[in-house]
Amino acid sequence: MLGPERMKRIAQRVLAYSIAEQTEVLLFSEETYLTRFANSHIHQNVAERNVRVHVRAVLGKKVGVASGNDFSEFALDRVTEKAVEIALLQPENPDFHSLPSPKPIPAVNAFVQATAEFTPEQRAKAVAAICQLSKENGLVASGAFTTASSEIAVSNSLGVFAYAPSTVADLTTVIMSDDSSGYAGATSLDVREINAEQIGREAVDKALRSRNPHAIEPGEYTVILEEYAVAEMLSYLSYLGFSALAVQEGRSFMANKFGQRITGYNISIWDDGLDGSGLPMPFDFEGVPKQRVDLIADGVAKAVVYDSYTANKEGKESTGHALPAPNPYGPLPGHLFMKAGTDSKAQMLASVEQGLWVTRFHYVNPVHPLKTILTGMTRNGTFWIEHGEIKGATKNLRFTQNILEALSNVRMISAETKLRSGFYGGVRVPALCIERFSFTGVTEF
Amino acid sequence: MKEIAERALNAAQLQGATYADIRIVHQQTQSILVKNGHVEGLSHDENQGFGVRVIVNGAWGFASSSLLSLDEAARVAAQAAQIARASSLAKARDVYLGPSEVHVARYETPVQVDPFSIPLEEKIALLLAADEEMRRAKGIAVTESNMAFLRENKVFASSEGSYIEQILIESGAGIEATAVGANEMQTRSFPNSFGRQQKKAGYEFIRELNLVENGQRIAEEAVALLSAPQCPSGITTVILDSTQLALQIHESCGHPSELDRVFGEEASYAGTSFLTLDKLGSFRYGSPIVNIYADATIPSALGTFGYDDEGVPAQRSPIVKEGIFVGYLTSRETAAMLGQRSNGTMRADGWNRIPLIRMTNINLEPGTWELEDLLADTEDGIYMAVNKSWSIDDKRLNFQFGTQLAYEIKKGKLGQMLKNATYTGITPEFWRSCDAICNEKYWQIWGLPNCGKGEPAQVAHVAHGAAPARFRHVRVGIV
Repeated sequence: MLGPERMKRIAQRVLAYSIAEQTEVLLFSEETYLTRFANSHIHQNVAERNVRVHVRAVLGKKVGVASGNDFSEFALDRVTEKAVEIALLQPENPDFHSLPSPKPIPAVNAFVQATAEFTPEQRAKAVAAICQLSKENGLVASGAFTTASSEIAVSNSLGVFAYAPSTVADLTTVIMSDDSSGYAGATSLDVREINAEQIGREAVDKALRSRNPHAIEPGEYTVILEEYAVAEMLSYLSYLGFSALAVQEGRSFMANKFGQRITGYNISIWDDGLDGSGLPMPFDFEGVPKQRVDLIADGVAKAVVYDSYTANKEGKESTGHALPAPNPYGPLPGHLFMKAGTDSKAQMLASVEQGLWVTRFHYVNPVHPLKTILTGMTRNGTFWIEHGEIKGATKNLRFTQNILEALSNVRMISAETKLRSGFYGGVRVPALCIERFSFTGVTEF
Repeated sequence: MKEIAERALNAAQLQGATYADIRIVHQQTQSILVKNGHVEGLSHDENQGFGVRVIVNGAWGFASSSLLSLDEAARVAAQAAQIARASSLAKARDVYLGPSEVHVARYETPVQVDPFSIPLEEKIALLLAADEEMRRAKGIAVTESNMAFLRENKVFASSEGSYIEQILIESGAGIEATAVGANEMQTRSFPNSFGRQQKKAGYEFIRELNLVENGQRIAEEAVALLSAPQCPSGITTVILDSTQLALQIHESCGHPSELDRVFGEEASYAGTSFLTLDKLGSFRYGSPIVNIYADATIPSALGTFGYDDEGVPAQRSPIVKEGIFVGYLTSRETAAMLGQRSNGTMRADGWNRIPLIRMTNINLEPGTWELEDLLADTEDGIYMAVNKSWSIDDKRLNFQFGTQLAYEIKKGKLGQMLKNATYTGITPEFWRSCDAICNEKYWQIWGLPNCGKGEPAQVAHVAHGAAPARFRHVRVGIV
């Protein structure tokens, strides 16, 4: 860990050296450890220590970005010069107004010492516990256990300085037999909240129950989507349309829909980088404090997220959702939440006359972004439900589904939610029971 | 570099490593993005560091650092050894790498024009001109054009005595136009999707691309697609162009033939493979005209290099011969498990990542047909070109692709344009239904700079060569 003072000194050196009219310095420092296992033993075990510096130089309406991973004084000077040189060489961008000005940064505690100090031996013990559980049940375990600590600092010549340390721990496992598999996982700031044995038991239970899968015909079914599947679906929905840039360019499903109902009344989705039950981060990559943004409230399209560039275009304030520059994707929500309901997964199951239980999705991709049509496969635990009970495993199915339509057909929402890693942060979601979910193909396993 | 390498290898061996290797990597990238007539992104990145891979107590350990110093080399090597010792707490067997691979060599991508020597002004001017051409099309909403250049200097050294220096150079560029209508959005890109066409080549390749000349056509196609009829649903004959076929090969042949997947090492993330060991040498993967091979030696292809990241020389090896599955992509460790030698496909996407089995250039050999004759021979069907969406299950069997562009084929001729074309299938059924492949005149190699695999996530640069081919009884129009 470099700490706020050292990061501040590095940023100040760059700002002092730069001859640009405005300069931004974005600093990352990270230590990441990952233990990966397959065939019930560790086959990959890695450590990484890295630093990154990104310098954005602004001359009038010309913007250049240079970056590197060398914090020596010589390298810092060189990367600053390069950013200025790049800015000078390009034509003006009339849409660029200014880097953001300083605002108070809220306090967020996202750093857990126990996670930062977790050792390879501790990870190996957790992995060994899962492998042991698998072996006891005649199954094979695979998965990955990550522990990481990082620091981000953003500083600019208008007076912004923001610093935040954080940690994350993430353990996932797939347990397999020759004709079945089960998945489970957990994510937290605090590695002590990751219960390897519990995760192992959940995945083993799924692998045992999903043996002898039967094929069912493609078609529309009532589904119970576990939190793993919901998180994946929500991440893609967010990527497709919760960005101000996507709206400005007319390629978002939110465009021209603000104030209108686009999902069922029981659906509320928001982004909140300050909520400690997610993977919080108090500011974005421009050093702008994060605001809670209600994206869909009670089924109604409410808002999208902004960075300073897209906000300036509309005369608005950034909501604190910038990605590192240069960024052609526009702002993105990185701390998504979906409102919980009142039911348990057992109650959902009891309510389904005929349908499918889906643990997670695999290889999801958009088919038609504007219509929010996604496709993907089910994976690691797909079950047939009849008369409120799981009657056996099914072979995996391909879904091709309009996601807003699916969110209009949600009839039950779980009271419990689960935190998952998302594209740029965390996603906390409940499980959903959805009617008329469209499956368009099956596979052989 | 040599001193750092020696320090790390010595430190690893002092810590009990029976094998160690180090990769010291410096990457320089330049990327330019022009969007809607403005330069939206112009960046330069330098990234350096080293990764040490060791075997201690018969188990792997890997550690890496961005700080290039002798002391850090020793610290990281010791850390890798400590991690390996922890790995050995949950090992099934000792790692065996097979016979030694000892090479002292130097390789450099042959280029005519160093892309980093070309002034930024020239590159920007070309992209702005292409952008302007796209914006000539009435009704276009978003235009993007981009270039990307990479220079990677790599040193590989191993405790077996290898010392290999490589300089790999890449150049890529592409354009994309998006039209937006009422509840409809259509994108066309050139020359390929995934942002650009990219090769292991110099700036001469960018000049050959003719981005400006194709700008208006591409944008007009995007606008025309808005009002084109929807691709019909049903079972029909499909002819795929070489760009779409490249991704089909990638997903349904390249990935399943990776031997680490077959052994379950990617089970928790990318998945396993339907091409299990019992299928080697006997499984009918495709029709007798289907011949697929890996070749990391093809000049200027994106998956070309001198030596892989285990120091194994680049080579060509068959995967499918006359429709029969005959070979895997291997590493030293996985090849040894089959009693083979590695065919050199282990690559890492940087100093901070451990090498994995990655595709090189996986290619479908050309057939004998002229495209015109192939169309004339097709009574009824759909021609699909340039990928738009892709998805395949975790054993690489059930796939679904969408393409940017499609045309109906009626009585041997291309008919009207169709939008939102999709097709789906099961891998071996699909490849067995291939009954015609165009000849080498139509064969092109397409770079894919976004192949994802592994945890922590790694992105590989790979390529696929193909000529248009015909497939029978394919399900299309799935929405």
